[in-house]
Amino acid sequence: MSSQETQRPPIPSTLIVRGGTVLDQMGERRADVLIQDGTIREVAEGLHVPAGATVLDAEGCVVAPGLVDLHVHLREPGREESETVESGSRAAALGGVTAVVAMPNTEPPLDSPEAVRNVQRRATDALCEVAVAGAITVGRHGEKLAPMAELAALGVRLFTDDGSGVQSAGLMRRALEYARGLGVTLAQHCEDATLSGNGAMHEGAWSSRLGLSGQPAAAEEVMVARDIALARDTGARLHFLHLSTARSLDLVRRARADGLPVTAEVAPHHFTLTDGCAAGFDPVFKVNPPLRPLHDVEAVKAGLADGTVDAIATDHAPHAPERKDLPFDEAPPGMLGLETSLALAVSELDLPLARILALMSWQPAAIAGLDPGSGGNQGAPVAAGSLANLCVFDPQATWVVEPRHLASLSRNTPYAGRTLRGRVRHTVFRGEPVVKDGEAQR
Amino acid sequence: MEDLTAADIAEILEVSDSFVEVGRRANPKVPSLRGRTVATLFLEDSTRTRMSFETAAKRMSADVLSFAAGSSSIKKGESLRDTIETIEAIGIDAVIVRHASAGVPAQITKWVEHCSVINAGDGWHQHPTQALLDLYTVREAFGGGAKAMERFDGLKVAIVGDIRHSRVARSQIAGYTALGAKVTLVAPATLLPPSLEGWPVEVTHDFDDVLERVDVVSLLRLQAERGSGAFVPTLREYTSGFGLTTSRAARLKEGTLILHPGPMVRGVEIASDVTDLPGALITAQVRNGLAVRMAVLFLMLGQGSRPPVRPDTPGRTNGDDGARGAEPDVSAAGDDGAIDRDGGPMGQQGGEA
Repeated sequence: MSSQETQRPPIPSTLIVRGGTVLDQMGERRADVLIQDGTIREVAEGLHVPAGATVLDAEGCVVAPGLVDLHVHLREPGREESETVESGSRAAALGGVTAVVAMPNTEPPLDSPEAVRNVQRRATDALCEVAVAGAITVGRHGEKLAPMAELAALGVRLFTDDGSGVQSAGLMRRALEYARGLGVTLAQHCEDATLSGNGAMHEGAWSSRLGLSGQPAAAEEVMVARDIALARDTGARLHFLHLSTARSLDLVRRARADGLPVTAEVAPHHFTLTDGCAAGFDPVFKVNPPLRPLHDVEAVKAGLADGTVDAIATDHAPHAPERKDLPFDEAPPGMLGLETSLALAVSELDLPLARILALMSWQPAAIAGLDPGSGGNQGAPVAAGSLANLCVFDPQATWVVEPRHLASLSRNTPYAGRTLRGRVRHTVFRGEPVVKDGEAQR
Repeated sequence: MEDLTAADIAEILEVSDSFVEVGRRANPKVPSLRGRTVATLFLEDSTRTRMSFETAAKRMSADVLSFAAGSSSIKKGESLRDTIETIEAIGIDAVIVRHASAGVPAQITKWVEHCSVINAGDGWHQHPTQALLDLYTVREAFGGGAKAMERFDGLKVAIVGDIRHSRVARSQIAGYTALGAKVTLVAPATLLPPSLEGWPVEVTHDFDDVLERVDVVSLLRLQAERGSGAFVPTLREYTSGFGLTTSRAARLKEGTLILHPGPMVRGVEIASDVTDLPGALITAQVRNGLAVRMAVLFLMLGQGSRPPVRPDTPGRTNGDDGARGAEPDVSAAGDDGAIDRDGGPMGQQGGEA
């Protein structure tokens, strides 16, 4: 990898994506996309191929704005055996993702300007944009506020103690007030620790039968309800990470109907897997929030369909085999997600592609503050003048998930052996074809 | 345990009969597993079950290796998976696993290729041999044999106590219901599993209400920390609602059987005097545990052979192996100093453990 890294191929000055169907927030049209010096110059059918241009064949493919993943654990610094900024960004690129939000629960956590700058430095050479999220509280201990203004000055737009929720309602209220003043968004991992305890899976019929300690749906729901009340009280923007239960989504649905500035994401595993997956005690199915029963899975799908949910985010959580292959209750929660999320959405959701792309590109871009409206380049329409961040995928192509072939340093995908529909053919990041014909270029 | 059918259970109990008979001999050692190596991997403290399994294996002339949490390489940071792969590479035929985490035996089964895996209790999940020895003990109290098996159909069984955290209860429920018994769980709501969806049981929070109707009362241990405010306000409050006190025992109908998997907390879930009642089978449970574990080891490892004797199944043919087994190989017993060969019921030995 390091030799590839140093021999970074030169970015072609002229690139043409030919023969595909452009699909973005402006609609669908057959068009080629001409990119020069990183910027889209022309989008039209039957474009002339300039001499010396690199051609990306998009026959049968959808050409979309690059995907934006709001929830990714890159594990650097601290757990580089599980993932690094480089390997995680490669996995992202292979998944059609041109921007990730890197969660701050690294070791040490991203709660200081030095820590944030460190990850930003490591990300300069990444295969996608890495937007660093900052911690809400110092050390993610939930006791006092992290220097949010200093982090915001470095470009941090999203703050979260993800991995755990801010347990104190009083502190969360102060954080929301402070965040509103800074114009940044707080993102909550909703889990009341007194209810979740050390629950290894969803508390219900399966946990009871398997003799595993469970965490009830209410552990998530009480914090969603609490934080909606706090968002109402403070007027601050609040984003709910990885919601997983029917009632959580009902609460968000009602809050939105009341006009509150709350947004929500769900993870692919919560619309594709149920708590029954734990029956074999394989810790690859351990995740937090846990896999839920079928009626919650159906509710997540319904939330995606009716607009309650704004984004699909992976909660990509790599764990090296020696850390994950433990007794179920001792194993850390988390699953890989970056390389399978688009295919899972295409395969499993009964939604039009335009809706899936809204959930995976321009809507999350806006939540992360990475969209053109916020001064960024992500989730922009495929139109002349935009920086070229593109995801080119074949919505009909099928492939089998092979853990060994994933670019992530870890192997903890719960979809091993599963046949999925929808394959990323090319990913263009700032005009560079970082993935070509399904292969990472560096 | 959930996978065992009534026929499977009946077979295990029949084979156990043979080993109960072996236990009564002056020299209770048989060569059934000679040349086989069995390892116990107990990563959660348990003297009783480990001694019972190790004695069972040694009585069948298996070589027995013992890994314990404190002394094994796991303490040095070796992963469970590496430990298991090492055990298999050594050429061990069966590993008997006790672990505080539910599902570990199931995980291990996926990691090994040849080695049999026997669950000696995993977290709150299952403890199959405990349930089997309970069933054996009830069957024995009913006179043994096929006739006694028929009495499980419609038998009213109350399982009382901390069902939520009990691997024993989960195995018992599967075992009793497979044989047609009607199981009622008796516990405060906090000590029941969070969901009983799909469980073939009835539930009551009123022990007194079922006392006069049940045929079997199976008690579970209440760990002291669970009776100190976390799940139940006080142990005293627990005992007054769910303990088998002397006065409750007096209301049981005649012939009601009382079981407890041990270790008992006298004065909490069971009054000391109650353990002396004729219906109390607690010592028999321990004694039968040895024979049932011998039967399980035999059925899993003694492939191609027959149990030493089958007193209750005259219709079955005793092959050559059976005939050989009927004459315990005394010489094989000589290399094993750990076994008490004074005769007498094995249960006493196991019970002391």
